[in-house]
Amino acid sequence: MKFAILVNEGPYTHQASDTAFNFAKAVLAQGHEIFRVFFYHDGVNNATRLTTPPQDDRNIVDRWSKLAKTSELDMVVCVAAAQRRGIVDDGEMKRNGKDATNLAPGFRISGLGQLVEAGIQADRLVVFGD
Amino acid sequence: MLHIINKSPYDRPAFYSALKTGEGAILLIEDGVYAAAKGGVAEAKLKAATDKFKFYALTADLEARGIADRVVDGVTLVNYAGFVDLVAEYKTNQSWL
Repeated sequence: MKFAILVNEGPYTHQASDTAFNFAKAVLAQGHEIFRVFFYHDGVNNATRLTTPPQDDRNIVDRWSKLAKTSELDMVVCVAAAQRRGIVDDGEMKRNGKDATNLAPGFRISGLGQLVEAGIQADRLVVFGD
Repeated sequence: MLHIINKSPYDRPAFYSALKTGEGAILLIEDGVYAAAKGGVAEAKLKAATDKFKFYALTADLEARGIADRVVDGVTLVNYAGFVDLVAEYKTNQSWL
């Protein structure tokens, strides 16, 4: 079965990101497919590679990046939400005249249409947020 | 319909709102698991609805809050694999955010 996951909350502020991650791992372990993970609202803060939690704490951003790599996940960050919160890739840096990028590996910035498509293409869409 | 509740009944009325939809399954996660606590504020309403709803609660979140050993009878404990199975089983799901 094809699953899509929507994450609406940032890391370390609410449990939603942790729950979504554990759910995603369980989906894959059960032999299902994840069509896409979409990060919206404060959820885009899951995608900054500048996150540096204490060493004895989980690194939520790295965890998503690693899962994307090992399981070939499509992880999409909403562009409008990202612009507001300073989540930047090369394209956005040039377009908006910024001097740096911070998008973590495994994520890509795109539009809300990607969420709509995930809702259409996946058999199930599960929302995690506050 | 699978209703996914992540709000404590002490905080917001999401659990009670889901009950008003009539029938289906309710999965309690995150702070939502407090609705499954014996002696808790939601116990009576949960028990009164067991003929219309199936109730589930995420074990990891019960354990994180120290209430895994005092869950109301009639609530089935599930792990994340069980969470996935429930989403697959029900054609539609709603997170009450």
